[in-house]
Amino acid sequence: MSINWFKYSSPQTFYPLAGKMTPWFNWIAGILAVVGLYWGFFETPHILSEQKQYYRILFVHVPAAWMSMWLYLMMVGWAVVGLIFNTRLSFMMAASIAPSGAIFTFLTLWTGAFWGQTSWGTWWDWDPRMTSELILLFLYVGYMALQSAIDDTRRADRASALLALVGAICIPIIYWSVNCPDPNECTALHQQSSMSAVEPNIRIAWLIMVFSFWMYAFAIAFMRVRNVILERERNAAWVTELVGRKK
Amino acid sequence: MSGKSTMLRTFRVIVMRDLTLAMRRRTDLLTTLFFFIIVVSLFPLGVGTEKAILRQIAPGIAWVAALLASMLALERLFAGDFQDGTLEQMLLAPQPLSVLVLAKVVAHWLLTGLPLVLIAPLVGLQYDLSAGSLGIMMLALLIGTPTLSLVGAIGAALTLGLRGGGVLLSLLVLPLYIPVLIYGAGAVSASVTSIADTQPYLMLLTGFMIFALVLAPWATAAALRISSE
Repeated sequence: MSINWFKYSSPQTFYPLAGKMTPWFNWIAGILAVVGLYWGFFETPHILSEQKQYYRILFVHVPAAWMSMWLYLMMVGWAVVGLIFNTRLSFMMAASIAPSGAIFTFLTLWTGAFWGQTSWGTWWDWDPRMTSELILLFLYVGYMALQSAIDDTRRADRASALLALVGAICIPIIYWSVNCPDPNECTALHQQSSMSAVEPNIRIAWLIMVFSFWMYAFAIAFMRVRNVILERERNAAWVTELVGRKK
Repeated sequence: MSGKSTMLRTFRVIVMRDLTLAMRRRTDLLTTLFFFIIVVSLFPLGVGTEKAILRQIAPGIAWVAALLASMLALERLFAGDFQDGTLEQMLLAPQPLSVLVLAKVVAHWLLTGLPLVLIAPLVGLQYDLSAGSLGIMMLALLIGTPTLSLVGAIGAALTLGLRGGGVLLSLLVLPLYIPVLIYGAGAVSASVTSIADTQPYLMLLTGFMIFALVLAPWATAAALRISSE
């Protein structure tokens, strides 16, 4: 049996597929969020004092931070695929991922501010990781602004793809902003990444939350890409037929 | 004539052409320079004229003003050539577009970056900086402003001919300027305590410049092709 690898690379075939997959990703995201939050709140050991319970905001903060970087890489990935193969759907995916990435970046900064206020006694500090995450937010905003400022879709897609690619330099900076080779040389409020040293139950809850957010990102990106497809293909025969049938 | 020497000749011709064009319209040049001077002069009036505070805020203000001045001038980098069709000829030229772009960026830096370096002593006077700090500031600006022109060229190429291009350009370019700002201002701040501490900052700035020198013209060329197809 030969498989047609490119069957779903056209907007017409991808539109119904995305529609079918969206509820699945939504359900998985919801269930994982419930399980992850339950695990994080009730199955973690009671070794910390009452005042230290604020650490549980990390079950949102850390997954959101990971997704903010991961979604940027995904966006750049689709943008590069689009630039190389000149496929319309890739650019649509990149454009659909950007708002989710921006929201996760904002969520990271927001929850981080709460953590900072309770833990470090300040809402904001110009710690390298906070600063680079803020720059990431600016990059997302710049990407979306450039995309919407250009009327010609083809130019908008390609120009914003290039911008995303240039901005990708920020991702390794965020990653290494605390994991620098010599910790004594970096002054940061954020501690070094300590995933392997964390208590297993906390780690499980974290990972479940990361998957929940990831699935949510899939669901929302698919929903958004369906809108983008309809908007851009509005003159195509299949869209007219689809919309006409529903009326 | 071999390909390499035509390339260098074209490079030189474009630099000279852009410089000549700018000399015929000197006001453009002076506007950027005076923008920098005015912004720098505003802060002591707003913050207060206490010398200790001024010394402390001088590096950041000089650099932010340099960032803004360099960004304001970016809009003109390709706009003229885009309007009169020269840019299309450059796209069609047999020489690699990135080399032509680099020539334009070099001319742009000579016209907007270098004057800022030369005017820096004025900032030193206004903000009561020591001679040592002033030297470091000039050196940091000398190494840092080419990066601003190189990176900014990408943004200028992407926003070519767009409505509201200027504001959009600032949104795209300023986040990418932040590393230069941090280490440029950091060098000057470090020089206030000890000149010896400034070396890592200057080396990082040089690193940024080399990195941008290698990749930015190439990205700008790609952006120009996207914008003008």
